[in-house]
Amino acid sequence: MTDTATIRQRGRRLTQAAVVLLCGWVLGPIYLLVLNAFSAPDAVTGFPKRWLPGFDLHSLRMFVEFQGVAEALWNSVLVATLTMILSIALGAPAGYALSRFDFRGKTAFRVLVLMTRAFPLPLLALPLAVMFIRVGLDDTPLGLALVHTTLALPFAVLITFSLFSGLPVELEEAAWTLGCNRAQAFRKVILPLVLPGIAASAIFAFVISWNEVFAASVLTVQHRTLTAFLLTSLDVSPLPLKFAGGFVLVLPALIFIFAVRKYLFAMWGIANR
Amino acid sequence: MAEIQIKGVAKTFGAFTALHSVDMTIADQEFMVLLGASGCGKTTLLRIIAGLETASQGEVWIGGRRIDHLPPRHRGIAMVFQNYAVFPHLTVFENVAFGLRMQKLPETEVKRRVQRTAELMHIDALLGRYSGQLSGGQRQRVAVARALAMEPDVILMDEPLSNLDALLRLEMRAELKGILAESKTTTIYVTHDQVEAMSLADRIAIMHGGRILQAADPIAIYRNPAARFVGAFIGNPPMNFLPAEATPEGWTVAGELFAGPDAPGPLEFAIRPEDLRPAETGLPATVRIVEPLGPHLLVTCDVAGRALRAVLDSDLRLRPGDRIHLAPAADRVRWFDPKTDLAVTP
Repeated sequence: MTDTATIRQRGRRLTQAAVVLLCGWVLGPIYLLVLNAFSAPDAVTGFPKRWLPGFDLHSLRMFVEFQGVAEALWNSVLVATLTMILSIALGAPAGYALSRFDFRGKTAFRVLVLMTRAFPLPLLALPLAVMFIRVGLDDTPLGLALVHTTLALPFAVLITFSLFSGLPVELEEAAWTLGCNRAQAFRKVILPLVLPGIAASAIFAFVISWNEVFAASVLTVQHRTLTAFLLTSLDVSPLPLKFAGGFVLVLPALIFIFAVRKYLFAMWGIANR
Repeated sequence: MAEIQIKGVAKTFGAFTALHSVDMTIADQEFMVLLGASGCGKTTLLRIIAGLETASQGEVWIGGRRIDHLPPRHRGIAMVFQNYAVFPHLTVFENVAFGLRMQKLPETEVKRRVQRTAELMHIDALLGRYSGQLSGGQRQRVAVARALAMEPDVILMDEPLSNLDALLRLEMRAELKGILAESKTTTIYVTHDQVEAMSLADRIAIMHGGRILQAADPIAIYRNPAARFVGAFIGNPPMNFLPAEATPEGWTVAGELFAGPDAPGPLEFAIRPEDLRPAETGLPATVRIVEPLGPHLLVTCDVAGRALRAVLDSDLRLRPGDRIHLAPAADRVRWFDPKTDLAVTP
């Protein structure tokens, strides 16, 4: 009895240690990023480090006033918003169809949806750049949003698929017997129930676009998004500026992921409650 | 007036035939129960009538109007689902009012009808709540109220009580019967529970393998099964069957002589367990298992190598190994043709 108890206790200690290690692994760099973003420029390069941020906004102010940052930020928001709208407009109907209808090639379609993630982006980006130049989509927010949509779409389809599948068909059928046609039943019964999940899926698409850097660098020249802008400009910038830029990039993604964590966990089959 | 006519309705799912050309007429205001084991086609038939499934063949008529090409909302039906399907984002009031609002009834009429059906189903205290705040039994009541508020010609119920616990099921069963009789609608009720079917139905249709084997009132179904399957399915414990051999004098069953129908070839002799009683003469039986059930003993015996169950008086002192004779009540003996599995009447 005591033996099993000790073993169990040791097991628990081991788990706790692993959790602490993993959390440190992820949170440590983020903490250092925040620390340095809020420190005075000379503190960033100085040594030894202080463990609490000085709440000095000099670096951040410098970053915001940096030539081109405001425009890049605006481009990022624009592209991410377009990506979000396109992904949901295309992904949600596909998710609904996958969950409610039986059609020939359904399984193949589901695999194909995932397959789009199997191609490395560099492979797609260069031919796309050539094509975009031909049709005049190069260096436009819409062009980049289209590429980002192909990246975000599989997730939009699969998340909405699981959302719609989570609702019993009988809810819709009950609405039909109570006087609704398909569209009315969807609007009055299904839509209100999936709206929070759709919002989460939209935010996820937004974050995917916000964080994407490769396609953004290849496909835009004048109208850089923030990630692409930082990649090219900050390379040669002073250290405090890099930290401030990194912080501005990480922040929305962190907030969004935190907001949608429930749906992401559900998507990956991890019980959250 | 809402007589339902089902004419040659068949349904195939790929290679699987769920319904073989079903014909049935359900009278206005009748309470018809479709009874059968899972996979017998009863729910498919109900869903075809509701318009949630399309028939591969055949016609459905309600109140003299052919409706099988119409969407569910134009059929004059209301449906109660097994999982209740109460809308979780609406209050009980809005759930019950849902169909009425779709009909664009004036607000005063909506209020009046919701109030009336809510009182009828005893949910008038719950009108402001959401489905998540209700128990299973209360959700069930909301689902029935929502259907009744529509004042439909036909109410379709798909195993509405099977998700309730046993005591609640008993209570709701009696209540449903009263309320549906009052509402003067035609009801089709699907269940796999034979006691539920017996207690509710004006008429029971026994389904098996996509066919209706027998449609009759509950007592007729119980006493005069039209097919061997019906006898073996209805009753707990079910009917006993023993092989019978033709002799010039009559039919011999386990060495005993019985008068039976004029038919060629071997038949099956059938008797319900409660129609057997111990006697000086009768089927020779060896007691195997004795299960006291309070008012009765359920006795499993060995008769000519076949298991036979009898429900006997609990004052009898019986032990495994006892040799007794069981006499069947002569007017309760039924005969089946083992080739067709259909009843043979004398």
